[in-house]
Amino acid sequence: MDLNLDAPHSMGTTIIGVTYNGGVILGADSRTSTGMYVANRASDKITQLTDNVYVCRSGSAADSQVVSDYVRYFLHQHTIQLGQPATVKVSANLIRMLAYNNKNMLQTGLIVGGWDKYEGGKIYGIPLGGTVVEQPFAIGGSGSSYLYGFFDQAWKENMTKEEAEQLVVKAVSLAIARDGASGGVVRTVIINSEGVTRNFYPGDKLQLWHEELEPQNSLLDILNAAGPEPMAM
Amino acid sequence: MVVSSRSSMPPRLSTTICSFNFTGNIAGPLNPSGVEKLIASKMMLPGSNRRIHSVHRHAGMAVAGLAADGRQIVARAKSEARSYESVYGEAVPVKELSERVASYVHLCTLYWWLRPFGCGVILGGYDRDGPQLYMIEPSGISYRYFGAAIGKGKQAAKTEIEKLKLSEMTCKEGVIEVAKIIYKLHDEAKDKAFELEMSWICEESKREHQKVPDDLLEEAKTAAKTALEEMDAD
Repeated sequence: MDLNLDAPHSMGTTIIGVTYNGGVILGADSRTSTGMYVANRASDKITQLTDNVYVCRSGSAADSQVVSDYVRYFLHQHTIQLGQPATVKVSANLIRMLAYNNKNMLQTGLIVGGWDKYEGGKIYGIPLGGTVVEQPFAIGGSGSSYLYGFFDQAWKENMTKEEAEQLVVKAVSLAIARDGASGGVVRTVIINSEGVTRNFYPGDKLQLWHEELEPQNSLLDILNAAGPEPMAM
Repeated sequence: MVVSSRSSMPPRLSTTICSFNFTGNIAGPLNPSGVEKLIASKMMLPGSNRRIHSVHRHAGMAVAGLAADGRQIVARAKSEARSYESVYGEAVPVKELSERVASYVHLCTLYWWLRPFGCGVILGGYDRDGPQLYMIEPSGISYRYFGAAIGKGKQAAKTEIEKLKLSEMTCKEGVIEVAKIIYKLHDEAKDKAFELEMSWICEESKREHQKVPDDLLEEAKTAAKTALEEMDAD
């Protein structure tokens, strides 16, 4: 089996951003892979752009880092000129500008989430081609394929902070179970009017799903069971 | 300011511009602006020699002074507003726009091969933080105001504005007050006839910079003339 250690670092990834009643929650897994080798099993894919705006990165690790760095720099200058914190919309637009204008060279899907005093909590999804879509929740990365149906069923408007975070952790954990390119720990970032809170959920403490559970009432129990005891004479 | 009333020289700062910005209690925050345009020749069509220009959907500029210089400033403001929107994806905040325009005007005071602009500008706009009014002078200074005036009669206009209770006025009342002030300041003996040009940005104009509707303009003119007659009658 070829590990292909020369492959560029890719973040297979599962990234999620959801709005709730009062702010946003961003969540991500922590696996960075180089081909089949896990280069970093505890990476932080949720990067800060400003005090009140963060971005979830997926796709090429290098591309997403460079784009984030540029936008952080532009936003810093913008904040100084404006004299007040940048809005989430402006942050998303700057990312979109870079993503669209360099679409031929970049391979990174991003989810921008934050809180500002004008619009409150907002999530913007910026997938591969450089479109910007403002959404009540967004999912991205290779692991997100397994979450579309889940969110259709589980998502609702105006959740509380606790409900929303539970939803995010559950979703990332489900994706990690099915997607080989996602794994490690679950990191979440909560952004609201009061500020930013980072949370960490170790991989071995996550809920087990389906085939990971201990079998119950399985045929295997019968096969594994000891044979009948010889009768006492 | 020196005024030349003969049309052989281009009129220098001969127009008075008066505008205010405030939060009215009933009709909401707003920004009416009025310009007293001295008519240089009876051959000119009414409505020509525009002094108030839209810089963007949500912002407008009134120019007093050399019209040609004013054109440059307006063009620059339009360009800055457009480029901000294309980069940041939102309408340019009025504060940011005024700083950019002031910076440009100031630039022209720094180098020996450039001459300063021969006009002042009042920039009014409505952004996320409500309506705002800024004045940019030829020196490149820019301040935010609740009431401002430039041009020939600016001192008297400022005195009149200070008498008003801006925080208690509505949209329409503001328009009428501006008209009254301009009519009051116009000196019948010294100057020729004038044309009143007005624009506003308020909730009623859907937060967009527009010419004041004709019926309201007429109402304002009539009210102003009546107020003048009442004053003369005393």
